[in-house]
Amino acid sequence: MSSLLSLSSITPRSWQGYAALILLVGALLLWPLVSATPGYGMATTVLIFILLLMAIEADNFPPMIGVVLLFLGAHGAAWMLLAGITGNEGSARGSFYLLLVAAWFLAWRCVTVLSSVRPTSRWASTALRLIIPAIFGAWILIIWEAVTRGAGIPFILLPPPSAIGARIVGSLPVLGADVRQTIFKAVIFGYVVGSSAGFLVAIAADRVPFLRRGLLPIGNMVSALPIIGVAPIMVMWFGFDWQSKAAVVIIMTFFPMLVNTVAGLTASGHMERDLMRTYASSYWQTLFKLRLPAAAPFIFNALKINSTLALIGAIVAEFFGTPVVGMGFRISTEVGRMNIDMVWAEIAVAALAGSVFYGVVALFERAITFWHPSVRGG
Amino acid sequence: MTGASPAVVSASKLGLTFQTNDGPVQALSNVDLTIGKGEFVSFIGPSGCGKTTLLRVIADLEKPTSGAISVNGMTPEQARQRRAYGYVFQAAALYPWRTIERNVALPLEIMGLSRAEQAARIKRTLDLVNLSGFEKKYPWQLSGGMQQRASIARALAFDADLLLMDEPFGALDEIVRDHLNEQLLELWERTNKTICFVTHSIPEAVYLSTRIIVMSPRPGRVSDVIESTLPKKRPLDIRETPEFLAIAARVRDGLRAGHSYDD
Repeated sequence: MSSLLSLSSITPRSWQGYAALILLVGALLLWPLVSATPGYGMATTVLIFILLLMAIEADNFPPMIGVVLLFLGAHGAAWMLLAGITGNEGSARGSFYLLLVAAWFLAWRCVTVLSSVRPTSRWASTALRLIIPAIFGAWILIIWEAVTRGAGIPFILLPPPSAIGARIVGSLPVLGADVRQTIFKAVIFGYVVGSSAGFLVAIAADRVPFLRRGLLPIGNMVSALPIIGVAPIMVMWFGFDWQSKAAVVIIMTFFPMLVNTVAGLTASGHMERDLMRTYASSYWQTLFKLRLPAAAPFIFNALKINSTLALIGAIVAEFFGTPVVGMGFRISTEVGRMNIDMVWAEIAVAALAGSVFYGVVALFERAITFWHPSVRGG
Repeated sequence: MTGASPAVVSASKLGLTFQTNDGPVQALSNVDLTIGKGEFVSFIGPSGCGKTTLLRVIADLEKPTSGAISVNGMTPEQARQRRAYGYVFQAAALYPWRTIERNVALPLEIMGLSRAEQAARIKRTLDLVNLSGFEKKYPWQLSGGMQQRASIARALAFDADLLLMDEPFGALDEIVRDHLNEQLLELWERTNKTICFVTHSIPEAVYLSTRIIVMSPRPGRVSDVIESTLPKKRPLDIRETPEFLAIAARVRDGLRAGHSYDD
């Protein structure tokens, strides 16, 4: 066989390369890739081997060309493996998985080489920062896709990502309406009101000592309320629409902000506060010029925690009664109809929305607490 | 000398006892003190002798428990409310979220000065401490010596006649400290301020002061007062003259006599 002949002249330069080569030999021994009848065509199989061998050999080229060869080889092979499984679902044999792992090792090698690249321009360093996690994430999806389809895992247990993707693309209007209902109404409103309320109560508790002693324990108690107990009560109080979900989000986001702001207000040093005293600074001047800026890292911590809590709260609250729209409503009804791909589509959208939400808050944090050692780096 | 000009600080029978968990600690006992306008007074002594506490009492950051004290003829609290003094702490205590010029502007903002007045004073005081050109830098982009100079500029910005300095150069290395001492003397001469300076360095105290107040611990009290005979103009190498060494020796004797360590 031609691929066997070329094996003798291949010289890997990394452990991933060696491992991939061994896996390739194993794959040859465990021939064929699938037990089903159409199987992989001879041309496809040879191409997969050639692509992987090219990637193994890539370390012998100059780094820039080597990275491209590694990238194309590993991902081309993975693509052909996934494409070829169509029609052979559930019949993958050891050979298929060995080739998949070989491609994964080579992609790993590709990321390793990329990480050691010293970018020369800002543009290149930004691109690198994006490419490395992108490859990482892509491989989670590739392995998920290959295993679910190769092993024929029942759709109900775990649908392949391609089916989830197709479902997302096919249900954009429904998903859009759910996002509007859950995120743009309940989450945003509840997050803003809950966080602001926590912040203002923290200031009040700081200003008035008896509030500090009285409010903090009550705030603590409110945060300990189980969400699945509170949500149906809120639905009874505020009706089926988004207002009751916003109320749940307010309850969930209030306490982290309260506690963090109270802690943050004590974060300024004695010397800094004495300094304000020597200027005969008023309570509010000291608050705005010293204590709130010093508390900013704490406040942003609360905002980041709340960004994810708000999403969870709104989605869970929708399990207890909604109009026929909303992410939580969709999940609970589609589970009942065994439309698991739709559930996964909602999960993917929620994960994406949560990450964007968190990312926006983190960007604001970087801009406002640029002076903090954790942001400016030491 | 002190009788000729009105007293900026005058204390009599001043005492301060802290109530701690281990019982009362007498930080200051029976301190009598008069500081005249334009004097440079150093407080020197081992740790625990109450020199910082005394400075904090003058600044109304601590309340005395006995005796009387007046600053500019008022109680320390009234003096603080009228921004009678600038205070320089052991660390620069600059706000990291403000640039150097905004840090210097901080007391001016609190006093409600106009933007134009603020800008003029920032420029003048930063010139005074040789930090022109660093207005837009953040404190963490500057060296320790520059940070401390910025904090001095901040204390000078609102033009109080009294400057209280609590070991301002204690955390800096010797070379930077010499340099800043020289600049401080120059600044004192140019602005004619009254300066109270806490230190634990004998050469620093002798080099800077017109009067050195030696303090001793347990309880914190004044054990010796030494008038300096050095001229007002002091190059750094004055520290090798016999006159300087004689004063330093007297300070050292005073410190030793005041020591009541049992070990």
